[in-house]
Amino acid sequence: MLNELSTGRIIKAPENFLSKDGIKAVFAEAKHGRRDFIRTAFAAAAAGVAAPVALAQGNPVPSEGGDPNILNLPEHSKGLGQGVASEGSYGKPSKFESNVQRRQSPGLTQTTQASVSFAPLQSLFGIVTPSGLHFERHHQGWWDIDPSKHRLMINGMVKSSKVFTVDEIMRLPSVSRFHFIECGANTAVDWGNVAVPTAQYTHGMISCSEFTGVPLITLLELAGADLKNGKFVLAEGADGSSMTRTIPMSLIKSGEVFVAYGQNGEMLRPEQGYPLRLIVPGVQGVSWVKYLRRIEVGDKPYATKDEAIHYIDLQPDGLQRQYTSIQECKSVVTTPSGGQVLLDKGFYNITGLAWSGRGKVKRVDVSVDGGRNWRTARLESPVLSKALTRFNLDWVWDGKPAIIQSRAMDETGYVQPTYQQLRAVRGTRSIYHNNAVQSWLVQENGEVKNVQVS
Amino acid sequence: MFRFRKAILASVLLAGAGFAAAQDVSKFPGVGRAATPKEVAAWDIDVRPDFKGLPAGSGTVAKGQDIWEGKCAHCHGFFGESGEVFSPLVGGTTPADIKSGRVANLITPGFPGRTTLMKVPTVSTLWDYINRAMPWTAPKSLTTEEVYSVTAFLLNLGGIVPDNYTLSDKNIAEVQARMPNRNGMTTAHNMWPGDEFGGTKKSDTKNVACMKDCVPDVKVASLLPDFARNAHGNLAEQNRPVGAQYGVDTTRAEVKAGAAAPVVVAKAPAALAPQAAPTAAKADAAGVDSKAVMASLQKNNCTACHAVDKKILGPSFLEIAKKYPGKTEYLAGKIKAGGSGVWGPIPMPAQTLSDGEAKSIAAWLASGAGK
Repeated sequence: MLNELSTGRIIKAPENFLSKDGIKAVFAEAKHGRRDFIRTAFAAAAAGVAAPVALAQGNPVPSEGGDPNILNLPEHSKGLGQGVASEGSYGKPSKFESNVQRRQSPGLTQTTQASVSFAPLQSLFGIVTPSGLHFERHHQGWWDIDPSKHRLMINGMVKSSKVFTVDEIMRLPSVSRFHFIECGANTAVDWGNVAVPTAQYTHGMISCSEFTGVPLITLLELAGADLKNGKFVLAEGADGSSMTRTIPMSLIKSGEVFVAYGQNGEMLRPEQGYPLRLIVPGVQGVSWVKYLRRIEVGDKPYATKDEAIHYIDLQPDGLQRQYTSIQECKSVVTTPSGGQVLLDKGFYNITGLAWSGRGKVKRVDVSVDGGRNWRTARLESPVLSKALTRFNLDWVWDGKPAIIQSRAMDETGYVQPTYQQLRAVRGTRSIYHNNAVQSWLVQENGEVKNVQVS
Repeated sequence: MFRFRKAILASVLLAGAGFAAAQDVSKFPGVGRAATPKEVAAWDIDVRPDFKGLPAGSGTVAKGQDIWEGKCAHCHGFFGESGEVFSPLVGGTTPADIKSGRVANLITPGFPGRTTLMKVPTVSTLWDYINRAMPWTAPKSLTTEEVYSVTAFLLNLGGIVPDNYTLSDKNIAEVQARMPNRNGMTTAHNMWPGDEFGGTKKSDTKNVACMKDCVPDVKVASLLPDFARNAHGNLAEQNRPVGAQYGVDTTRAEVKAGAAAPVVVAKAPAALAPQAAPTAAKADAAGVDSKAVMASLQKNNCTACHAVDKKILGPSFLEIAKKYPGKTEYLAGKIKAGGSGVWGPIPMPAQTLSDGEAKSIAAWLASGAGK
């Protein structure tokens, strides 16, 4: 979707941007002043492509007494707008926002049912991921399940196996908490080398929502679970794959793990497990079992498919780490970031996200010279445990090449590692749990590239 | 035990008082009920590494092969070797691995790919997942005997059990003792939130938050090659068209610094080479509104696999236009029905867009796929 470019300013014209006629027009119109030149040459060029080109919405010095966007009143100032609930009763984003979408990474998977879509981190603000932009990971396709027919069973090492309806779960005392969910394989493709262009594809398997639900410990107590000998819990989904994962009882006893039905003020989205999903704060997304149908209390771990074939981390010695669950402290600058273009020299707000599966983010430092020198960024409120934290830092770009990095520290004192530090221990074949410092190269032409530095 | 006795006593008293018998004293009366044994049996299907949960039964390699060819091979290949749809299941293990319990090809960095049998340490995992999730389009449709049989056949493909083997709940522990990577796992890490596995207390890395002159020399060691510039589609279409920075138009060659890349407005156009370029979007002679088509291509996710002038997963629109000039009807049909073999092995699935949209896109392709 294009802006209405009645005026515009090109800062760094992409090569071959203007047609022959456009060039001619430029020479002719240049004599008559800047506004006409822009109107003729660029409006034509811009209209012909579906994508926005590197045109800044200009704020030029008016040469004819003022900006036509001010002087010529637009339709919306002179007419009658639309009525309430006119396009259905569920509101949608502006039509100008249609570029902001979840996307698949081409070639990553062969099916759409066992696949991933990435959240557009480069276009998001604050810490909450809009539910419709929350990243997706399905193992056997998603379903929209009738909540009146969904049940949650608790069994195993309990005094009495229990069945709950969704109605009953929703009757119990609830908690509402902000937490991030990150896929263990987020940033996997860059373990060895740079492989993808934008923050969406490098880091987009993370999202953050306010979830509402019932602490799992409440349900386990209702069933009379053996909390002493039952050291592990199996969580199982109701979908085709009936996803299973082993959940540590210690985390459940802390009260942090809960059975959610709410997400950002409404019910969970079907792609996120409607009507019930297990929330396991700080732990990788695969443990947040969707369409949760059963909880089994046991005294041994389960070595499920996603604990014995996938989500295991291959180490340089050929051993695979099993039951790696915590998402360690990590951060990424979301703008400026890969695949974007800076429109001019001057002031920019460097912004990004930081998180830790071990608690709160304590501090984020940002470098614009590839990690040589660092400045501490501002953390925006709220700063919550095991939730995304937004950081900002003022920056004036001098037009020279710059390498932007962020480095987060959590409340345990752990500092996000460099690629070199991570690879020195885990090699490059691990796939999972890549929390290395991300580098974005801002080139002189304004284009930002995904790079790794030595 | 004391609490339990108290609970029974309470429920007896309640029953005596004319209430419906409560199952136990609950903080939340009226919420939840006891599951029946039948209900638990229907859902409690998991099988643990110690074979808790494994139903009694057996199945042969021979029977497994029959089921495999009918229900499994089209995704996994006749020998479990296929990587077309999912990662290969079989390959990369040796008789020596079966002896040692460590897959040597996981230790060798050069070995390409990791199959399921190379990675999996526990045979229970295979049984459990085949039982709960296979076949892909009809999970939980196999009988217990069929699950044993398919598991036996898969193990046979990996040389773990012989051709004439019958796998059962009685001998599965012997098979476990032959799993090629049974000794290939470790829990010596600090990424499990608890001490159930022992693990370690130490983090893998110890970065320090240095602030000044931290690294002597910064060099770019890895970046995306130029040919991959547009591999994820046009990044300009993947960024908000308003804000501090836009997405870069990756359908066009990059303006390299130092080349003709003027910064100032008035100078910019003069320095650029003339070329065939976008003209205003309006319905052309063939009645094609290229702007609307572009929007439609994006809306229907065509651009995930196709770009205007570059091959991504599928052919570029210009290639298609060149091959099928004037063939609007044919192309509209292909868009709706999908196909494979014309442009390579990767099939294009049938598309769910409207007939009108398919026709417009086809007409645009048939008339040259112009801007």
